[in-house]
This record gives sequence, structure tokens and C-alpha cells, in this order.
Amino acid sequence: MSLSEQQVKEIAYLARLSVDDGEVEQTTAELNNILDLMADLAKIDTQGVSPMSHPLNMSQRLREDEVSEIDQSQEFQAIAPQTGKNHFLVPTVIE
Amino acid sequence: MHKLTVAELSKGLKNKEFSSVELTEHFLNRIKASDLNAFITVTDDLALVQAQAADAKIANGNAGILTGIPYAHKDIFCTKGVKTSAGSKILDPFISPYDATVSHKLNSADMIMLGKANMDELAMGSSNEKSFYGPVKNPWNKNKVPGGSSGGSAAAVAGRLSPFATGTDTGGSIRQPASLCGITGIKPTYGRVSRYGMIAYASSLDQGGPLTQTAQDAALVMNVMAGFDEKDSTSIDRAVPDYTQNLGNSIEGLKIGLPKEFFSEGLDSGVAEVVMAAVKEFEAMGASVQEISLPNSAHAIPTYYIIAPCECSSNLSRLDGVRYGYRCENPKDLEDLYLRSRSEGFGAEVKRRIMIGTYALSAGYYDAYYLKAQKVRHLISEDFKKAFQSVDVIMGPVSPTTAFDLGAFKDSVSMYLADIYTLSLNLAGLPGMSIPAGFSNNMPVGLQLIGNYWSEEMLLNAAHQFQGETDWHSRLPEGV
Repeated sequence: MSLSEQQVKEIAYLARLSVDDGEVEQTTAELNNILDLMADLAKIDTQGVSPMSHPLNMSQRLREDEVSEIDQSQEFQAIAPQTGKNHFLVPTVIE
Repeated sequence: MHKLTVAELSKGLKNKEFSSVELTEHFLNRIKASDLNAFITVTDDLALVQAQAADAKIANGNAGILTGIPYAHKDIFCTKGVKTSAGSKILDPFISPYDATVSHKLNSADMIMLGKANMDELAMGSSNEKSFYGPVKNPWNKNKVPGGSSGGSAAAVAGRLSPFATGTDTGGSIRQPASLCGITGIKPTYGRVSRYGMIAYASSLDQGGPLTQTAQDAALVMNVMAGFDEKDSTSIDRAVPDYTQNLGNSIEGLKIGLPKEFFSEGLDSGVAEVVMAAVKEFEAMGASVQEISLPNSAHAIPTYYIIAPCECSSNLSRLDGVRYGYRCENPKDLEDLYLRSRSEGFGAEVKRRIMIGTYALSAGYYDAYYLKAQKVRHLISEDFKKAFQSVDVIMGPVSPTTAFDLGAFKDSVSMYLADIYTLSLNLAGLPGMSIPAGFSNNMPVGLQLIGNYWSEEMLLNAAHQFQGETDWHSRLPEGV
């Protein structure tokens, strides 16, 4: 299974990355090259094998639902590209 | 002074042979005179303030074993008030507002941070050529790579610009550069070292650990780095032993397994010779050797290169130009802000992995890629479980070759293939080490030691005993 240039553009957009028309051919070739490497996976017999999502095959620890974070909003906003009135600012979304 | 190990420096400081300020200045001067590009940021002022405080503690008799000892901190660990870029343009403007748990622990042990070590962008790479801040050079031959992603850390220790450096290992990023630079590195069991404030690449695989000259030094710093952390939901609540306590134990009767799959085609014959000579040395010390099989180990490459990109595509969605890090100039709307900040901020390899992960997780492909890879991951893990029923430690090469030339790999896939011996234990969550085992064509070769879960003490003990019988770990590159 290999990706078309159109699919690569769609994947890039899903990931909010842009691939210029000048780059799309090379990017498609590179991604297909990587996906070729994955082709062997399909041949492996995994009948009855459960997926392992945690490396120690355990579930994640839970904690009491109590406030544990201290308010550091000033520190976090101080390093933001643009802030105002205690908010992170982005270009206008709704006129 | 720069040739001394952490253990020797600790004695020297205690006996007032030199002060921490003298030591720190010495290493800072070495860093300034170096052309390895091992550091992204050098924190001279901060280091000297820390060194003065350490000297005061030593004078007062309040010093701990690591008080006043300098180190290089991989630029993936958040450091309050200091740029934490992870080798990426997208985090170039990021001055961390908080300390990673590992940073906090090293500070609390009164260690001196010399600076932030160079690395492959966001820990994705095996050569340190993918850093926004340029490639790092191998101290043994400056036309060659130091390995990656902890390439700056490994080069700093091998070039004696720092006695110890932190690293992280997602698919080999501590062991492979340690091997290629002729130093000692340990990737602990998943969950042993806190990931809080360690910029995430692939959260089910990432694990921090030390790069040092010797196993004894690794044990000393592991005593500080390891431990349960409430702030990391994947941290394991389990007592930390004193890793230095059993270093002196005999390894008589240690059962070594050599996976036949690690010695098949693709392994450079010079590397194979060095690895087998090291295994012979262990035999001479009283260990026994048997062949084992890890039949699914070759599947580690496609499995890893599905799982890691899937996790990274999700993890890196947070880098969007809104709250911190790089934002493109004059975005015309929110979408333009996302698209351009990310496209301008990420390098080519990171973008490739994000796209592979996005594709593999997308509707219709999830079962064929991600779910399938998770199942194969289970098979890989079962192979190890079975092997550890008959052996105590698995040994083999770290990397199929010694350090390659800068620019040697033109495409991603051929570099992925070189990760063949390191990926499987990250998938299984097991601990592993690389220790200097000899040279091939004048470049260092590492021996990999893989242990069962929580067997760091045994690995460090075996490595320390080997280093008592050999001197590969104390060999120096020319001019150092």
C-alpha cells in the first residue's frame, strides 16, 4: 500500500503541517519508503495476542481527585508569544 | 582534573585538592575551547553560583557525595529560567518556567550544571545530525557522528568536557551514543527515572539515565536520578536500592545469553570480534555463556517505527505556536498560525515521524498499523521473558557498526535499520547498558548488557567488574 501525493497533503493537513507543491513529490517518496519498512508487520501471526500499550503491561496509577497544582499562570503566560488580560492570544477567530 | 571520574572528583573535593569553583571553571574553559558543538547553551554564571554554594557546603562539612560535581544536562530536561530547546527551532524561544524532576534532584544533590547538551531534534535521530543547532562531532574522529539522540551528552563525557551527562533513551538514545563515543551509559527500567519535565517524544518508551566514564559513576548518579515521582503518572513506586552497594560482588556463576539474532548478517565483523572478546572476558571472570533466541527481535524496527511516531504525533500536537515556543510572523488567521508555526518550527525528520504517526492512527489504518504493532510489541516482550528464565543477562552489540561519517546516511530508513539491537528493550521496558569494550578501526565499540526488569544493580555490578579487569573505559581520544 503506498500513499498518493494527495493523501500526503491530507495527512500533513491533519497534523497541521504544510507540504508545498515543490516538496510533495519528495515527501511522498520518503513516507512510502518508511511505510515499505512496515509491510513486514502484516505477515506476523498475532492471532490471540493482546496489544501491549504499557511497557510493563500494567495500567496507570490513579490519584485522589484533589487540587495538586499551584497557580503559576503568570509564569506560564510570561513565556507565551502573545497574551492579554490573562489569556493566550491568537488571531481573531470570530469577528 | 578533567580526566578524573565522578568518584575520584568526589574524593578530590572532599580532600580539598581543588574547589568546586576551580573544577567548574576548568570544565567551562574546556567547553569554550572545544569544537565538538556538544552544548546548545552554556550556563557559566549559574554554574559558578552553584559551585560557590557547593564549596560553602564542603567547607561546612555538609557536603553529599556529589556536591560540587559538574554535569552536562541533555537539553530535553526542563530547567527553570534556562532555555530548554530539545534541539528544535520550535522550542528555541522556550525558557522553562519549571524544573524537571531530574533537574530538581540533581540540583538538590548540589551538582553543578555546566550547560544544556546538544541532541537530535526532539530526540528523533541516531546521529545528532538532526539538531537545529548543528551536528555534534565525535571526539574520537571529528568527521564522524557521536550517535544520538543524546549525542551532545556522549561527546561531552568522551571529550572530557564534563564528568557526567544526563541522557534519555527512547530507542537507544543513551546506549548507542555511549557505544559510539566509548563511554558508559545506562537506560533504566521504564518508570525508574521520572519523566516529569522531560520533553516527551514517545511516552511509553522514553526513559532518562546517565552517561559517565564508568559503571561506578553511573551507580553514583543513578542513586540521585532514580525514584518514584507523584508528578509522573508512569513512575513506579518501588524502593531505590543503593546502586553502589553491590558493585564489588563477584560475577562468578553469572549466566550470559547471546541472542543468535544479534550476531547474524548486518553486524560488522570488527564489531562482532570486539563484542565476542568482551564476552570471553566475562567467561574468564567466572560467567557462563549460552546461545539464546529472541525470534521476534527483527520485528522491533517496524514495531518501533510505528509506535514511536504514533505517540510523537499525539505528543507534539501541543507545540502549536499558541502558549510557548516559536510562533510564525504575522499569522493571518488561526489556521495559518498553526500551519506555519509548526512547518517552520519542526525539522524534516520530526515532520516525517509526525506524518507517519498521523497516518497510522487515522481511521481505517489504526488496526493495520498501531494495533498490530502493539501486538507484536507483546511478542517481543514475551521473547525476553522466556530468555530470562534461563539467563541473568543478555549481551550483544549496541550498534551494527562503529560511528559512521557525518552525512553518511542520506535517507531515514537506512538510519532506522542501524537501531536494530537497541529498540526491542525499549518496547519491552527493560533496562540496558552500553560499556566500552574495545576498538575497531580506531573507533570505540560498546558492549550491550540487557537485564530483566529492575535489575540495574546486577547490570552495574557486571559492568563494574568488567571495568576492573579492562581499561577500555579509561582510554582517551587524542588530544584530550
